[in-house]
Amino acid sequence: MRHPIVFLLAALAAVVAFGPWAPAAAQDVRPPANATQHVQPTPGGPGIEAAPPATMRYPSITGQWGEIVDGERGYVSIPDKKAGRLIQTQGMDWLSWRSEEVRRYGAYAVAAMLIALTGFFAVKGRVKVDSGLSGRLIQRFKTHEIIGHWLTAGSFLLLALTGTWLLFGRPLLMPVLGADGYALTAEISKYMHNFGGFVFMAGLLYIFLVWVRHNLWDRYDFNWIIKAGGFLAKNSHPPADKFNFGQKTVFWMVVLLGLALSVTGLNLLMPFWFVDEIELMQWSQIVHAGLGMGMFALMLAHIYIGSVGMEHAFKAMSTGWVDINWAREHHSVWVDKYVAGNNPERRGESRPPTDGEQAHGHRSAAE
Amino acid sequence: MGKMVFLCDGDRCIECNACVTACKNENEVPWGINRRRVVTLDDGTPGEKSLSVACMHCSDAPCVNVCPTNVIYHTNDGVVLHNKDGCIGCGYCFYACPFGAPQYPQEGNFGSRGKMDKCTFCNGGPEETFSQAEYTKYGRNRLAEGKLPLCAEMCSTKALLAGDANEVSDIYRQRVVERGFDSGAYGFSQSFGQQQKL
Repeated sequence: MRHPIVFLLAALAAVVAFGPWAPAAAQDVRPPANATQHVQPTPGGPGIEAAPPATMRYPSITGQWGEIVDGERGYVSIPDKKAGRLIQTQGMDWLSWRSEEVRRYGAYAVAAMLIALTGFFAVKGRVKVDSGLSGRLIQRFKTHEIIGHWLTAGSFLLLALTGTWLLFGRPLLMPVLGADGYALTAEISKYMHNFGGFVFMAGLLYIFLVWVRHNLWDRYDFNWIIKAGGFLAKNSHPPADKFNFGQKTVFWMVVLLGLALSVTGLNLLMPFWFVDEIELMQWSQIVHAGLGMGMFALMLAHIYIGSVGMEHAFKAMSTGWVDINWAREHHSVWVDKYVAGNNPERRGESRPPTDGEQAHGHRSAAE
Repeated sequence: MGKMVFLCDGDRCIECNACVTACKNENEVPWGINRRRVVTLDDGTPGEKSLSVACMHCSDAPCVNVCPTNVIYHTNDGVVLHNKDGCIGCGYCFYACPFGAPQYPQEGNFGSRGKMDKCTFCNGGPEETFSQAEYTKYGRNRLAEGKLPLCAEMCSTKALLAGDANEVSDIYRQRVVERGFDSGAYGFSQSFGQQQKL
């Protein structure tokens, strides 16, 4: 173990992976022979955890009743004609998927990522700048790009936290906070999640428009992939433009997953506005929760490499100005273009601009 | 008292909607919320059947299972009630319910739902029995007065039955015997036609 943080990450991963299943494992569907029947639980207390038994698989039903089960609607005098649906049985499947698979595999994904990152850090350590920091800074990201990124990232973290709070709250948090306490936090989480979603969508659209042309395949990507981004050998620094292939992967995953989450999220936010059948609402919820947990796991890797995993990387998204030596090792093609374009430079150990300096620096490159 | 159930006799329901009206009036159900509804299959054809549907107060209620804040619960009589104070209006109970029993007043931003409302078997809610708060939030508590739900009491043809499961099923059993029944083998009535005896 190189650092105490490794141990903490491993402990966190263990908690995430195994914690949720302790209370669920304690409950069986069938009451034991000496159980008291018709017990009244206190409202809001632990309640009866009656999961649909595995034997509840419906036989193939044909004829009129089969059509009704599949969704054929009868007549109702109510204006909302969806009320004409007499019965829907796939809600039990939806319930089962959410309670079991989404929680389980979501927790596994996050835990697996934490374990993988911990292992990676333990073996590889922090990626250093091989040639050392020069103190000569170039501007990697402008202020508006930084704002766009943090709008998206900050809202994403809020959404991930509140979403996880709602998904795991009943088995994990309610025993800790009590029924009323958890209900209050759950309601707050729901509102934060609903409003935060719009911030996320705005930020996502912005960074897509600003960065999409830098994230298309270019001639450096193939070599970068073969060299595994330089991880395979010491002093290996395959050339890359503004974004290397690893970053492009992150970009497209964020955009595509973010788009899927946005679409399903909007559908859940406005029930039956865009769809007419309950199957689509149930499906939206599973996709939203599942992809949400998956994206959370992936973002942990991105957060890792941008902070702990690589020396000096965080500067790019905090001040926007990076050391030219760091940039040469990871984005050499972009540096060449930057320097050739006589773009502004700055002196100093990556300190943020003070009030006296102008934003675009006061010394241009004289190379 | 045993398990409380509803049973709607499809052979007797005449779609008069007295159950719907009685429920809405007795519980002062807000405009747009339908705790009970009548669904008519094959409307207008000779074989049309109507059924009165509300919360079925399932023993293994999926709504109890799925609620993120665990505000839905069973009483000693097997009635499924819920606590509106803890409800966050997520809508998951509606996605889980086979019968579409949970209803929402659609207050709040972006069509978010407000507090869930549903049939209470005329048994009120977790507020103090017969209090104003209980009546305002959940409607009338007839069970505490020793009475049965008003929808079943008002049913013009006694299609809708409510009460103890053993008694209700015994009543229905008598009806089945009286009407006669086919061989019970699935498909028999489809092959040979069903005799309607009310």
